[in-house]
Amino acid sequence: MRKHRWYLLFALVLVLSAVAAGCGGDDEEGGADTETGGGEAVSGSINVLAVWTGAEGEAFQAVLDGFTEQNAGVNVSYQGAQDPGQVLSTAVEGGNPPDIAALPSPGLMRDFADRGALQPIDFARDAIADNFAESWLDLGTVDGTLYGMFFKGANKSTVWYNVRAFEDAGVEPPEDWEGFLENASTLQSSGVPAYSVGASDGWTLTDWFENVYLRMAGPEKYDQLTNHEIPWTDQSVKDALTELAKVFSDTQNVAGGTSGALQTDFPTSVTQVFADPPKAAQVYEGDFVGGVITAETNAEPQTDFNVYDFPQINDSGPMVVGGGDVVVMFKDSPAARALIQYLATPEAAEIWAERGGFSSPNRNVDDGVYPDDITRQTATALAQAEVFRFDLSDLTPSAFGGDAMFSILQDWFRNPNDVDGAAQKLEDAAARAYG
Amino acid sequence: MRPEFPLEEGTRAQPPAPWRAFAVPLAFLAPAIFFLGVWLLYPTVRTAIRSLYNDRGDTFVGIDNYRRLFNEDVIFTAIKNNFLWVLIVPALVTSIGLLFAVLTERVRWAVAFKIAVFMPLAISLFAVGVIWRLMYQQSPERGAINAAIVAVQGVFSEQGAFTQAQPSSDQLEGRSPRAIVLAEPVQPGDTALLGLTGVRASEIPEGTPDAARPEPLQGGISGVVWRDFSPGGGTPGEVESGETALPGVTIELRSADTGRTVSRTTSGDDGTFAFEDVDPGSYRVAVGPTTFAAPFRGFNWLGESLITPAIMFAYIWVTAGFAMVIIAAGLAAIPRDVMEAARTDGASEWQVFRRVTVPLLAPVLTVVFVTQIIGVLKVFDLVLAIAPGSARDNATLLAFEMWRKAFSGQLQFGLGSAIATFLLLLFIPFLIANIRRFRTEAR
Repeated sequence: MRKHRWYLLFALVLVLSAVAAGCGGDDEEGGADTETGGGEAVSGSINVLAVWTGAEGEAFQAVLDGFTEQNAGVNVSYQGAQDPGQVLSTAVEGGNPPDIAALPSPGLMRDFADRGALQPIDFARDAIADNFAESWLDLGTVDGTLYGMFFKGANKSTVWYNVRAFEDAGVEPPEDWEGFLENASTLQSSGVPAYSVGASDGWTLTDWFENVYLRMAGPEKYDQLTNHEIPWTDQSVKDALTELAKVFSDTQNVAGGTSGALQTDFPTSVTQVFADPPKAAQVYEGDFVGGVITAETNAEPQTDFNVYDFPQINDSGPMVVGGGDVVVMFKDSPAARALIQYLATPEAAEIWAERGGFSSPNRNVDDGVYPDDITRQTATALAQAEVFRFDLSDLTPSAFGGDAMFSILQDWFRNPNDVDGAAQKLEDAAARAYG
Repeated sequence: MRPEFPLEEGTRAQPPAPWRAFAVPLAFLAPAIFFLGVWLLYPTVRTAIRSLYNDRGDTFVGIDNYRRLFNEDVIFTAIKNNFLWVLIVPALVTSIGLLFAVLTERVRWAVAFKIAVFMPLAISLFAVGVIWRLMYQQSPERGAINAAIVAVQGVFSEQGAFTQAQPSSDQLEGRSPRAIVLAEPVQPGDTALLGLTGVRASEIPEGTPDAARPEPLQGGISGVVWRDFSPGGGTPGEVESGETALPGVTIELRSADTGRTVSRTTSGDDGTFAFEDVDPGSYRVAVGPTTFAAPFRGFNWLGESLITPAIMFAYIWVTAGFAMVIIAAGLAAIPRDVMEAARTDGASEWQVFRRVTVPLLAPVLTVVFVTQIIGVLKVFDLVLAIAPGSARDNATLLAFEMWRKAFSGQLQFGLGSAIATFLLLLFIPFLIANIRRFRTEAR
C-alpha cells in the first residue's frame, strides 16, 4: 500500500509542478538584489530539509532556534527525512524543492548541481574559509562554484574496542597495521574474535577499503581514484584489497564468520562487541559508533569502551577519512543566505556540539564544548586533520558509490582472495556509472 | 404557477436530446475521469515518454534504457526472479488456499481457523517484512525459525566443551572441529602436552586451577590439556604460570601405526589425564572431535541462495488467507447435490474433489490465480524489508529495482521509467484476461 501512496504523492508533485511551471515562469528574480546576507535584519520564511531525525533532529532544531533568536523576522520550518536523496530528487524533478537542505553526501550535491538545481553560495566563501580547512571548501565546490558548506562531519578513521576484551588478551591499541594484525591473532587466541563487521550494510566495507587505500596509495592516488582518473584495476587498488583481505579472509576471527557478518547490520556490529560475553573485541567504523554504544548498550566510556585511530600502514602517518552532511541552497533569498552564514559560524556548531553526538569540521569550534573526552578526541582529529579525505564512495556517482560498490565488495567479502575479479567488477561498474 | 417539475408529461416518453445522452453520463463520470486522468493516465503516459530520455531527462535516447534492462546483471536478475515468482507463487497460493478452504469445511473450529489464516492479510506488507526479517535471522539467539530448529536439534546432539578451541602451536596437528593430534608420537612413560587457544576465560568452570606439567607415569601415558594463553599471548607450547587447565576435554589414545583409537578418557578438574598400563609401542594423543562439536548454527535464510524462497514464503503466508476466503465463498456456492450424487455413486473423497469440486470451482480458482499473478508482479515492500543489504541483488524484483534505480538516491529516472514501463507491459495480458472474464461473467 505504501508504494501506492508514493505514486500518488509523486503524481501530485508532478501535477503541482506542471501548474507552477505554467503559471509563474520566472520567480527567481527575488534573489538578485540580496547580496547582503548577514548584518541587516532579514525576514521571510524558509523551509529546511535535512537528514537529521530523532535526537539529531532536536539538536538541529536547537541550532535553528539560535538563528531565529538572532533573526526574529525569519520563520524557519524544519523537516527531517530519513532519505533526503529520495525526497529531494522527487521534489526537484517536480520543481518544488525546499529553500535549504542538508545532503548526506557531496556526490548527491554534485548530482543536483549538475542538474542546475542548486544556487551558488559564494557569498559565504569568506566566512567558510575562515572557519574550515581548505579541503572542506574544495569539497563544497563544483566546477569552481561554491555550492556546499559542511555543517556536520564524521571521522571515519576510528576503531572502537571492548576494553575488557583487550585487557583479557593483554593487548594495547596498535601503533600501526602490523600491530593491528598481531593484536587480532592474540585476541583470537584469547577466545574472542578480533573483528566485528557489519557487512550487511555495504558502506561499512567501502569505509574499510577507503582507510586502507588512503594509507597505502596516498592522498593523490585517492583523489585520482575518486575522479576515476585511474581505473579500479590499478595495482594500487589490488594492493589495498590484498592487504584488506588479511582481515576479511581471517574468517575464524570475524564474529559470526562470513555469512554471519553479511547478515549483521551496522548497529548490531557495534552492540555485539559490547554484549556479555562479547561476540568480538573491536569494531571499525566512524565516530558515530560512540553514539550507538551509549544509546544501545550499558558500556561506560574508558572503562568499558574506548577508541583508537585507524592504524597507519607503511609509515603513512596519521590520516583521516571522513564524511559529512553538506548544507546546500535550492532557493535564493536573503533569509536563506543569512541562515547559511549563520551555520558557518562556530557558535552554531557549538550549540549542537554541547549536546553530544556531533563532530564539527569547523576548526574554530572550542573543543571544550564537547561533552566527553572520546568525542573531543575524534572531533578534534577530524577538524585539525592534516591529511583529510572525504569518504570516496560518497564522492562517486551514487549509482556506483551508493549501490554497485556495496554489492561488489559484499561479493568480494564472501571470497576475499579473488582480488583481481573484484577489481575488474569495480572497474566495470565505475565505467558504467561515470558514463 | 408553473409546476415544480421542469419536465412536462409529454417530454418523458421522447428520447433525450443527443447532447444530453452524452453529457449526463459524462457529468457523472467526470470526477472519476478527472482523478484517473490526473493520477493514473498522465503519470503512465509521462513515465512511458520519460523512459525514452536519459537519466537527467534532457536528451532523447530512444530505446537505450530498454537495452540496459537486459544488459545490467542486477536488472536481469530482477526479471528472472519475477519470472520465478509468477511461475511458483500464484500456483502455490491458489492450491494452499484451495486446500485450506476444503479442509475448513469439515473441521469444527472452522471460523477460528479461517480467522487465524486470514489475519496476516490485515498486516501491512511492510510490517510483514519486518516480522519475517526478524524471524529469519541466522543467529538462533535472534531468529525464531532457527531457534526452533536448534531447539529440536539440541535434543539429539550434544555440544562440546570448547567449541572454538584451536591448537596453540605446531606441536599439534589438525584444526577444530576435527580432532587435534599431537604431532610427535609418544611411548609409555612419556607425557603429552596439549595446549589449546581460542578458549574464552569465561568458558572455563570457576575455580579451575592453573595447569601444571604432569608427572611421567610408569608404563602409561600422562598429560595435561590447558588454555595455552596468558595476556599478551605467552609462549605457545609451554605450560606457564597463569595458564588455566581445561577440564572435561575428551582425550583419545591412538595407535601410531593404524590410527585406531585404543583408549579414551576425559581430562580431570586440573586438566590432567592418564592412560595406565599401556602396551609398549608408539601412540598418538589426540583431543577428540566431540570437544569441538559446535551447536547447529542455523540456516542462512537471508543469505544469497535462500533469500528468494524466504521472501516467497512470507508472501504466501500473507496471501494464502485471502485465497482461502475467496475459494471458500465459491465452495459454499456450488450445489451440494452434485457432490452427494457423486458420493452415492461410490466416488471416493479424492475423486469427488478432483472430478467435481475442482471443475465447479474453476472460475473462482482462475480469479484467485490471475489476481495473484498481478499481485506478485508488484511485490516491492517485502524485498525492501526482508532482504539485508548483502542479499538485495539476489532477492531483487522489477518493482523494487525500479524504486532503487530512480528514487533511492541514484537518480536514474530514465532507467527507472523504463523498468516501470516494462513492468506495465507485463501486466497488460493479465489485466486483459481479467477484464474479459468479467465481461463473460456479466453476460
